[in-house]
Amino acid sequence: MKGPGYALSALLMAPSLLVLAVAFLLPVATLARMSLNTTMPGGAIVETITLVNYSEFLADEFYWEITGTTLLLAVIVTISALLVAYPIALFLFRWESPWRGPLAVLTISPLLVSGVVRTYGWIVLLGDQGPVNALVLWLGLSATPLKLSNNFLGAVIGLTEILTPYMALALIAGFGRLDRAAEEAAETLGATPWRTFIHVTLPLSLPGILLGSLLCFVLAVSSFVTPRLLGGGRVFTLATEIYEAAMLTLNWPLAATISMLMLVLFGITLVAYGRLMRAVAQ
Amino acid sequence: MSRTAFRALVVLLYGFLLSPLLITIVISFSADPFLSFPPSDWGFRWYLEVAGNATFGAAARSSLLIALVVTAIALGTGVPAAYAIVRGSFPGRDALLALLTAPLLLPAIVLGLAVLLVFVRVGLVATYQGMILAHLVVTLPYVVRITAVALSTLKPDAEEAALTLGATPWKTFRHVTLPLMLPGIIGAAALCFLVSFDEVVLSLFLTGPRLSTLPVEIYRYVEFRTDPQIAALSVVLILITVALVVLIERSVGVMRALGK
Repeated sequence: MKGPGYALSALLMAPSLLVLAVAFLLPVATLARMSLNTTMPGGAIVETITLVNYSEFLADEFYWEITGTTLLLAVIVTISALLVAYPIALFLFRWESPWRGPLAVLTISPLLVSGVVRTYGWIVLLGDQGPVNALVLWLGLSATPLKLSNNFLGAVIGLTEILTPYMALALIAGFGRLDRAAEEAAETLGATPWRTFIHVTLPLSLPGILLGSLLCFVLAVSSFVTPRLLGGGRVFTLATEIYEAAMLTLNWPLAATISMLMLVLFGITLVAYGRLMRAVAQ
Repeated sequence: MSRTAFRALVVLLYGFLLSPLLITIVISFSADPFLSFPPSDWGFRWYLEVAGNATFGAAARSSLLIALVVTAIALGTGVPAAYAIVRGSFPGRDALLALLTAPLLLPAIVLGLAVLLVFVRVGLVATYQGMILAHLVVTLPYVVRITAVALSTLKPDAEEAALTLGATPWKTFRHVTLPLMLPGIIGAAALCFLVSFDEVVLSLFLTGPRLSTLPVEIYRYVEFRTDPQIAALSVVLILITVALVVLIERSVGVMRALGK
């Protein structure tokens, strides 16, 4: 079929490319440029070209600490989300029922509810007066309410639940490409369910695990609302520090520098993912 | 692991996944002046409180207006772009598709700062124009991707037939291509609306005394107070989302609409 010609194509593409140029490409370029500026002691921005922000970041122990916190949070959350989502995806893969589709939709449906709302739910659940602590006190597991929120633990629990649907989505899609027959063949040949899982199911689902882990890790590294609200202002990550510098201390060159370093971290993660995927494929 | 134990584990994990939504629904019917569990009394007190909250009311109206305009513009600019990329024959189409979906790779916290740095120079901070432009960047990729997928799975047979029978290219698009793309477009529209309506991190950078959005107001409220009012408001928002999802499910199916 003869599609639109060059002139018409250009006309059709122009509006969206204009939006992208003004509100995406120009801002990203401005951000990169801003990271090379400095600030005066009073806070005024000095237009210059220097890497002093980067060297200060790398020399400051505090920034290494928040980078460590960010990575630790992301790793724990990614592993936890995998541990939550994998049994669910495996169950959906093996379950032969007309309810399989609706249950799969239910699994990813929390994605459609705002992260702020779900974070609020966790603040209620994990609070001193919340149901989790009510249960702990009632069971006599502890004499005083456990500190489950306003700390790192709270951020881990909340973020795990918030990112689990992404992991589930990747795993369900990965399982969708598998054939139930492979598991059945192993079982018919006398493998125990555990051996079947370790030698057949798990290796076949590895690409889905990697994709889900990439998604969760990247989203956890850059998450802001949940660590901020459930961390109670006591959990400092790269994302909360960007916001702090950008909106509260108004040190835009510093905020821009942390942003650029976060993008570098994303780049490294993507490269690592590519390598792992190739290794798995072989 | 036995079958029963595995099923019990799965039920437990679903409980974990859905617990924040369930507790929000329960606590929204609390009649206590503060958060406590279980509530000592039940009622619609906090729903009435939400209905009378002028801050939330104004923010909800802004969010609704922004989401509607963003959805309209994202469709108006994204669908033609997807059409040109899939049906056109100019070089570099793959690169343009990658460019149009690139904003999704950027963390919202970074994009928010980047947009703020540009908008603050041209006076677009805390304006509808600025907020809409910023939301367009994160909704356009969905529209382009979903409609491009919908379009590329359409066989051009029907369009060729229409052209052979003497229809003009515009008539062919209007009466053949567009109706066939409609499920994808509806899905993209719904997703756009939800993404814009729920967007919080990007909006945090662009709100001000003159303009705020509902998710930002909820965020600010939760930052300092946690009473059942947010639960009642959340239930209203969840109901709106469920209604929207049921609407899409009825017309196109959720999984198809998400382009999976």
